[in-house]
Amino acid sequence: MSELQQEPTATQGEGRYALGEPIADDRSPDSPIGDRWDDRKFSARLVNPANRRKMSVIVVGTGLAGGAAAATLGEAGYHVKSFCFQDTPRRAHSIAAQGGINAAKNYRNDGDSVHRLFYDTVKGGDFRSRESNVHRLAENSLNIIDQCVAQGVPFAREYSGLLDTRSFGGTQVSRTFYARGQTGQQLLLGAYSALERQVAAGTVEMHPRTEMLDLIVVDGRARGIVTRNVLTGEIETYTADTVVLCTGGYGNVYYLSTNAKGSNVTAAWRAHRRGALFANPCYTQIHPTCIPVSGDYQSKLTLMSESLRNDGRVWVPKERGDQRPPNEIPEDERDYYLERQYPAFGNLVPRDIASRAAKNMCDAEYGVGPGGLGVYLDFSDAIERLGRHAVEAKYGNLFEMYQRITGDDPYQVPMRIYPAIHYTMGGLWVDYDLRSTIPGLFVGGEANFSDHGANRLGASALMQGLSDGYFILPTTVADYLADAPFEPVGDDHPAVVEAVESTRERIDKLLSANGNRTVDSFHRELGQLVWDQCGMARSKEGLEKALDRIPSLREEFWRDVKIVGTGDGLNQSLEKAGRVADFMELAELMCLDALHREESCGGHFRVEHQTEDGEAARDDENFSYVAAWEWGGDGHGGRPTLHKEDLDFSYVHPSQRSYK
Amino acid sequence: MKLTLRVWRQKNADTKGKMVKYHLDDVDEDMSFLEMLDVLNEKLTLDDEDPVSFDHDCREGICGSCAMVINGVPHGPQKNTTTCQLHMRHFSDGDTIDVEPWRARAFPVIKDLVTDRSAFDQIIQSGGYVSVNTGSAPDAHATPVDKVSADDAFDAATCIGCGACVAACPNGSSMLFTAAKVTHLGLLPQGQPERATRAINMLAKQDELDFGGCTNVGACAEVCPKGIPLASISRLNHDVLGATLSGARAD
Repeated sequence: MSELQQEPTATQGEGRYALGEPIADDRSPDSPIGDRWDDRKFSARLVNPANRRKMSVIVVGTGLAGGAAAATLGEAGYHVKSFCFQDTPRRAHSIAAQGGINAAKNYRNDGDSVHRLFYDTVKGGDFRSRESNVHRLAENSLNIIDQCVAQGVPFAREYSGLLDTRSFGGTQVSRTFYARGQTGQQLLLGAYSALERQVAAGTVEMHPRTEMLDLIVVDGRARGIVTRNVLTGEIETYTADTVVLCTGGYGNVYYLSTNAKGSNVTAAWRAHRRGALFANPCYTQIHPTCIPVSGDYQSKLTLMSESLRNDGRVWVPKERGDQRPPNEIPEDERDYYLERQYPAFGNLVPRDIASRAAKNMCDAEYGVGPGGLGVYLDFSDAIERLGRHAVEAKYGNLFEMYQRITGDDPYQVPMRIYPAIHYTMGGLWVDYDLRSTIPGLFVGGEANFSDHGANRLGASALMQGLSDGYFILPTTVADYLADAPFEPVGDDHPAVVEAVESTRERIDKLLSANGNRTVDSFHRELGQLVWDQCGMARSKEGLEKALDRIPSLREEFWRDVKIVGTGDGLNQSLEKAGRVADFMELAELMCLDALHREESCGGHFRVEHQTEDGEAARDDENFSYVAAWEWGGDGHGGRPTLHKEDLDFSYVHPSQRSYK
Repeated sequence: MKLTLRVWRQKNADTKGKMVKYHLDDVDEDMSFLEMLDVLNEKLTLDDEDPVSFDHDCREGICGSCAMVINGVPHGPQKNTTTCQLHMRHFSDGDTIDVEPWRARAFPVIKDLVTDRSAFDQIIQSGGYVSVNTGSAPDAHATPVDKVSADDAFDAATCIGCGACVAACPNGSSMLFTAAKVTHLGLLPQGQPERATRAINMLAKQDELDFGGCTNVGACAEVCPKGIPLASISRLNHDVLGATLSGARAD
């Protein structure tokens, strides 16, 4: 780490940030990697069952991580307060995950193991994740499937009555368990039912339509949250012995993404402003198989499960600007470029590689459809080989969804796809216990940065959310609570009063701007800027341009945003405005992180750093670290401070990822 | 295309609502129904009028948030399609479209097109789960499940909890919603130990809430965006009858 202790140079961000002390995860045991989680579980302190009900836990977010954590902590007997901004916990965006969930069960006897899942995940993350965390994730994958089956999750089965699996990108084994194209829905409904069972049992107090707007930190510990009841507009405070954030990713900073419209960074960002470090914000994932944009009114992008690449073949015409309908282009005039460039993995290369290859084809003017921003995903071979019936059984609902949105029938005409933002690997920094840098603040699921490095493998998000929620947080939160209950925090505590007042001020400021532009118009402009400069390919020049533009856009936003109505009741424009205001700040940190990281790795592709054949060129000597950023304060004087967590690879030797 | 919209506007639960007419001149046929409403809301905002409130989130037809009665039909004219997945190509230039919230006593209007559907959560709380704590599960392959049952269970489990079934039912009954969950868990071996109590508890809870009774009209299954079959209700009735005969009682 010491050789990296240098002041930022001109190429690393031109003094836009300060360099702080390195940080380290000091909670992962030193034992051999396969023993670490067992050792940590054994060393974790326990709380006497009789004392648990005296201890309270706030869990924000009810997706796979939050729902599972709240349910499990409730089962253990803690007093849990669970929050979501949706009308019911069952609507959290985990519900939209399609493809599946990985687990190293090796039911196929195809050479899978915990170690292989660990290896694939570290490699897939382009050697930018923490080995201890990833190994634990692979271990927990086994229990997750068992737990979900016991809850009644109707996974796909074979005629034997045993569970079916399929392959996903970046792996050569079949370890993805699935429930047609709705795996996220089924897993979330499992967690939701467990959560509602605890609501009925009285251990979990549910607060739907309640949005967290700030974190309350008392004497250095996270002790509560400030919320807005979106129906009444009331600003309320809730306190507890500890706070767990499972509030998802920040893909909506791009405006157009596959995230739900409500997905936002506010909870995590407010915690960041209160002192939690934000790690690797520039690691964002572009999903290769989404439905292309059809017009300016577009409000979101729709993903087509990666599982489609199992049987679909990706191609473009060999001739630039070929305008013929796809079915009239003969076989030998098609370029199946993934199969050509990556013969070993073919159409199943990892997401970052598949996305970039599509972008390269479209940039070189081989793209198809409106604006040339699309490539074909063709099922005609699969239909011929397996029969329409088999293809329908596997992908029926996805084909229907495609047809509903585009009006085209993919059984007859190849789908058109284009990459879109889908997942964010970056998030609040956490140690092995999923503790953030604020004592008492835990972070799970997509909201933390922990397990996927610079690129997440398909079907690993569901695995991580449930691993954090069912198995890790209940253990590590209990360890923290062994010191609880802490002194109660009253509404009149200065920290509570300050948090409430600053929240009110922000809302008043948004409402009183009464400018000329809608929230969405600002969000679109921000999104386009971030997509252009900090999307699939990034350059020093572009990032600097974005860093110069974002502060002025933010200033315009606060001055010129127009929100009709008041804050006293349901006001969806006000809700959106608060979220966009935080995206405006996050966007700047993303671009700074991308600018400072003078290498390409996973989803972060710097055009200046590529190999001769256009692959990501990592710089392990200088950048094998987690970039954890400390909030630098508002205004021009504030600049973030970078803390580096050195990454150590003792079990998987970093190599250039090759899927050829 | 040009459209005339007649949208239910209601300030809050305590005030009376009414249909208000709006004109849109430039609707693209590739827009989704919600994107069309986004365009209306942008226009209203710039005209200093309160935009139309409506629940929505994933816009992929899976979260179950969006809920509009379009021209008298929950989720509109296209079969097996949520409002967010309905596209404007199914309408024609010059059309007048009525947009209303779910109409059911159990789902009171909060504002405009937004209703309170929390009664569904209460039905699930009364038994829509398998009582298994985290960590107590046997190996996933310990109990094989025949494929037909697994597939049927999945079909019932695809319910998104949108409430269209209730909105379509002349009695405002939640029978299809409850039956979908009872069917899903009742078809799986994991759901057997609580099968009888689940059915009667969930039915008792829905009766206790403001839902009406089921009179086998079948409108629910007609509008269900996930195609949950009417036969699930037979299965619920079967389980309730069996449970009652065996002496099980609601908690």
